[in-house]
Amino acid sequence: MADSKAPSQDAPHNHGLAHTTPVWLLVSILLVLMFLTVLTVAVTSFDLGAQGNLVVAMVIATIKAGLVVTFFMHLAWDKRFHAIALAAGVLFLILFLAMVGADRGEYQIDIDRHGEKYPFKVK
Amino acid sequence: MTDTTSETQSNAETNGHSAPPPGEHELHGKAEAHAANGNGGGHGHSQYPHLAHHFDSPQQQFDAGKLGIWLFLVQEVLFFAGLFCAYTVYRAQHPEIFVYAHYHLDTTMGAVNTCVLLVSSLTAAWAVRNAQLGEKNKLVINISITILCAFVFLGVKYKEYAHKVHEGTLWGHHFNPQHELWELDTFKSKHPESAKLAEKIAAIQFEGQAKRNPHGEHQGSGAEANAPGPTTPSLPGATAGAADSDTKVRRIQSLLLQASDETLHPLVAAGIIKHNIQATTGLERPATAHIFFGIYFFMTGLHGIHVIAGIIVWIWMLLKAQRGQFGPNYFGPIDYAALYWHLVDLVWIYLFPLLYLIH
Repeated sequence: MADSKAPSQDAPHNHGLAHTTPVWLLVSILLVLMFLTVLTVAVTSFDLGAQGNLVVAMVIATIKAGLVVTFFMHLAWDKRFHAIALAAGVLFLILFLAMVGADRGEYQIDIDRHGEKYPFKVK
Repeated sequence: MTDTTSETQSNAETNGHSAPPPGEHELHGKAEAHAANGNGGGHGHSQYPHLAHHFDSPQQQFDAGKLGIWLFLVQEVLFFAGLFCAYTVYRAQHPEIFVYAHYHLDTTMGAVNTCVLLVSSLTAAWAVRNAQLGEKNKLVINISITILCAFVFLGVKYKEYAHKVHEGTLWGHHFNPQHELWELDTFKSKHPESAKLAEKIAAIQFEGQAKRNPHGEHQGSGAEANAPGPTTPSLPGATAGAADSDTKVRRIQSLLLQASDETLHPLVAAGIIKHNIQATTGLERPATAHIFFGIYFFMTGLHGIHVIAGIIVWIWMLLKAQRGQFGPNYFGPIDYAALYWHLVDLVWIYLFPLLYLIH
């Protein structure tokens, strides 16, 4: 048969074309996501140093994103190719931010020189 | 299409290699082998009424659609990457502007919207399960809750935008805040001592001015903190008479020197007073604060457009679900819509701490 994985008619509740996520798992993931949202708001009232709060906020956001991607978006049971495609997109996002971030201060001297030559005037 | 010939066809040809039925297109021949019931839709796949004629099987159709939506989502990540890049560079260069601006945002509204989107993500994922199991009524309910959450999200967003229009905290040359940092409840409740100090300084700085001109004060961008020329483009008072301003500066200086570091720090962090206290002649607004609101409106606006697009897709899915179109062999559209919706949620998961939770 061309479609050996296609569900047969006598088993209407089988997994068929893709994995079926149980309700208890979906609800648990939501509860964890809600908890992490409360946590990320609560942690802003603590001073964790210059970049500490930003790092903690991004780590929590990434855990949340990981849960959504893995369970809500079925990547845990999906074809690996979809996970690889997403990982490639995220990799290029990180490369983009890292390259531009590394370069961002390189032109300050030119900006300052320009400022000396053409002082900013308040209208 | 009702295929009266298929019953005998499929009975005879159980190994999947059937000749095209008489009068049928040749391309349909393979699928006709499965057409045992003979009461399907109009695509030549009698057993699977929603199987498009260019696919061999529901599995192939589902996998093709899923690959397509994933490639689209990867593109969406890169699409938003440009804005996240603008955010990263600007925050790294001008952290004080983000500290200053985040007091203008309502964290509660942002947190409520985060929870609303998370709930809608659950109902979207649940809807996929309902579609897979052919639970029509539950599917309709879950899609409806998802749409409802999307409207709640946009409603909260509308309130936030309306507040910003009212407060003048907008992008570019529309930036004309009606309240200074130390006048904001968000700042007062977090740093009461700093707000009191700033009020005292402001009272001296704006002495003799009946009312700060709400429209004439905003200036364009470009002033760096270390650039020559005035760095206080936003607040009048710096241009007061020379002799008058000398005594004002001395009074402001004495206030600043009496203040503790804990009191000064929130004002310095937000760019309201200079790092070098001796050089501070008065309160100022960070020169390019309007760029934060440019980034804010662009990022949340693009995200909002995605939410609106999601609502349209979900309404379409609701109509299909009400007709009972989904089941174990055909739930791809619900799955793809849910995947898109989760991506919209993912973007917000990052936007919320980046815009609202700046420390």
